[in-house]
Amino acid sequence: MSKEKITLCEDLADIMPPEYHELVATATYGKEDRGWKDIGNSKELIEQHSLCAGCPESIAFRYILASLPNPEDTVFVGSTGCTSLVFPHVAVQNIHSLFGNQNAIASGLKRTLKCRFPDVEKDVVVLAGDGATVDIGLDMTMQSWFRQEKFTTICFDNELYANTGGQESGLMQKGFVAKMAPAGKTFDKVRLPEIAREAGCHYVALLTVSKPNRVERAIRNAVYIARELGPTYVQLYTPCILEIGKQSMEGLDEMKDAESIGGRFVMKEYMTDEAKKMIEDREAEEKAKRKAAKGKKPVSA
Amino acid sequence: MNKQVDSPKDKIIRSQHVKLGTKNKKDQTFTDVNTMFYDTEMTPNFLTGSEVIRAAIKIASVGTSVAYPITPQSEAAALIGELYSEGYLDEYFRGESEFAVMGQCAGASFAGHRVFTTTAGPGTLRAMENFPMWAGSRLPIQVCVTMRGINSPLSIQPDTLEAHFLLESGMLMWHAETAQDLFDFILKGFIVAEQPDVHLPIATMCDGFFVTHTKDTVLLPPDDICLTPYDPYKSPVPCMDMECPPVRMMRDPFIMKSNYISYMTHASWQQEIRAAMERSRKHTIPLLDGLIDTHDLDREILIVSSGTAVSQGREAIRLLEEEGIKVGLVKIKTIRPFPHEEVKEATKNAKHIFVPEFNMAGWLAREIKAIVPDNHRVVAGPHVAGGMTMPSEVIVEEIKKYLGMKVSSISNRGS
Ligand SMILES: Cc1ncc(C[n+]2csc(CCOP(=O)(O)OP(=O)(O)O)c2C)c(N)n1
Ligand code: SF4
Repeated sequence: MSKEKITLCEDLADIMPPEYHELVATATYGKEDRGWKDIGNSKELIEQHSLCAGCPESIAFRYILASLPNPEDTVFVGSTGCTSLVFPHVAVQNIHSLFGNQNAIASGLKRTLKCRFPDVEKDVVVLAGDGATVDIGLDMTMQSWFRQEKFTTICFDNELYANTGGQESGLMQKGFVAKMAPAGKTFDKVRLPEIAREAGCHYVALLTVSKPNRVERAIRNAVYIARELGPTYVQLYTPCILEIGKQSMEGLDEMKDAESIGGRFVMKEYMTDEAKKMIEDREAEEKAKRKAAKGKKPVSA
Repeated sequence: MNKQVDSPKDKIIRSQHVKLGTKNKKDQTFTDVNTMFYDTEMTPNFLTGSEVIRAAIKIASVGTSVAYPITPQSEAAALIGELYSEGYLDEYFRGESEFAVMGQCAGASFAGHRVFTTTAGPGTLRAMENFPMWAGSRLPIQVCVTMRGINSPLSIQPDTLEAHFLLESGMLMWHAETAQDLFDFILKGFIVAEQPDVHLPIATMCDGFFVTHTKDTVLLPPDDICLTPYDPYKSPVPCMDMECPPVRMMRDPFIMKSNYISYMTHASWQQEIRAAMERSRKHTIPLLDGLIDTHDLDREILIVSSGTAVSQGREAIRLLEEEGIKVGLVKIKTIRPFPHEEVKEATKNAKHIFVPEFNMAGWLAREIKAIVPDNHRVVAGPHVAGGMTMPSEVIVEEIKKYLGMKVSSISNRGS
């Protein structure tokens, strides 16, 4: 879709909510260098959220939506969980479908969009919880990687099943006492980033959402590489403050602790040589463009 | 949207797709379904049911098909793969399980393709969670269900029990008696399912092996024509391709809150699925020449059934006729929507209504009992379970036994 399609019908403009007017006027659809820094200066693609106050998933949503290279041509696939309560507030088309089948939906979706729009890059991004990605949906998550499906999978890793009240999940730490793990989880946190690499992902990143620039880079890398080369995977630590007994202001500290040396979420990034070259070329190109733009004198003051 | 059909010859609203009359990359001319079936010379072909599925899909302008092996649909699914490699479909692949396949089909349909898949028995049940999701998301996907046993001990034999599980899935369900039915239902099924005021998934069902693996003479149109493609922009809900402005809206939003609005949303959506199914009747009746077929309704005894049990019923009627017992027939073509009024009317003078079925549960008999007055008239049976055939003699025996006549079967010997 071109940005031009996001307009208001004159006849109905007066009954459209002010939020939609703002979306048309100042959202960053089509803005080439869009990124997290637009937050605060433009209309965000998420209107509000229905998560717990202070839930890090909300800031993760904001950073991701600000970082997508082409939201005007992106379709999200979600899954059941806390995230699915947010998607109805997102100004990018998205599909909920079922719990755990998100990578199957995305496979059919991406292939069809490729057939129907051979000359337009339509990005497909999966965004689901760890229960959806790693437990109930692991088969479909991995099979889409084996098949080299060209879309990005983002997992909000809150290390438990939050939406159903804090049960054990595969990404939970060993020993953690949770519902359905009354004596503590007996096996290790599943190493999905390593599995993703072995299963054929061209780009894998593990990080928290404490630093927006890092999230932006990971999302952009993942989307660009998925377009050209094949599956990419981003695992973001978004602690469930409710279930680990933190206050709404403590999410950021929790993430900072987890990413400090020796923590479970020290940032890790992996890419294939091909992917690395692609990203380097793209960055060089962008740098050159920025330089050229700086050199140009404005036509009028 | 629901304007009357243009010409009296038309059975369903004529396609106005921009591609009508033009050719596809396989040199097939995009043709309206009215022309394809009612204004084109058909030629007889001697084919298996699997080959008939292939023949239908070859001219169905399908975008995506996703496959998974399970007897007795594996051959048809593989033949569709051959069509893909010949360039008749845009996309085809093997999924990892029926649950995943139905999700992949959903993704393709959300993105605007006409989608076809096949499954059977345990595959249908493995996929089950997807079917009400398809209906709720208004995805007009067609799944051809070549029915077989679902229980343990495992059986690959024909058994129509899986249809019982699909009854309230929100899908249209058409049950083919013969390979000819199957061919017609597949092509016409797309057209009805995709009508903007219907836009629901459809299960085209047949009895495994009896239809899929036997050869029959089928009348086919030439294969240099094909159906007009699906138009995703006629969908009553937006296509998920970001080609229309993204109002904060998804096609299948979560309705999680425990409040009145959530309840109302949920209730009205369910009502809408059922209403859409009701609206499919007006398209289906002319196109299938009625939701039921009938013969000799003036008779006191009727056989009412669907699928290949109807064929066995026809032969039973012939055998009974030789003994002077006159029996009429009602063939039910659409299980969903169920032809309530038609069946009520057709059976109004019958004293005895026999419902032979290829399953032990007798779901069709229950459907009929639920709608006809004086339902003591309905005799649920005979039934056979997966792995058995239902010789016409068994139907004859059931009817004669019920009428208090002597029968000469082995099961009747002894004291
Ligand atoms: C087939 C099926 N099984 C179980 C559920 C119940 N269920 C809904 S959300 C959820 C947990 C989601 O956990 P996760 O994916 O980690 O996301 P989170 O809520 O933690 O963000 C479960 C088990 C369901 N909706 N569907
Ligand atoms: S339950 Fe946990 S993950 Fe879900 S919104 Fe609340 S804090 Fe966030």
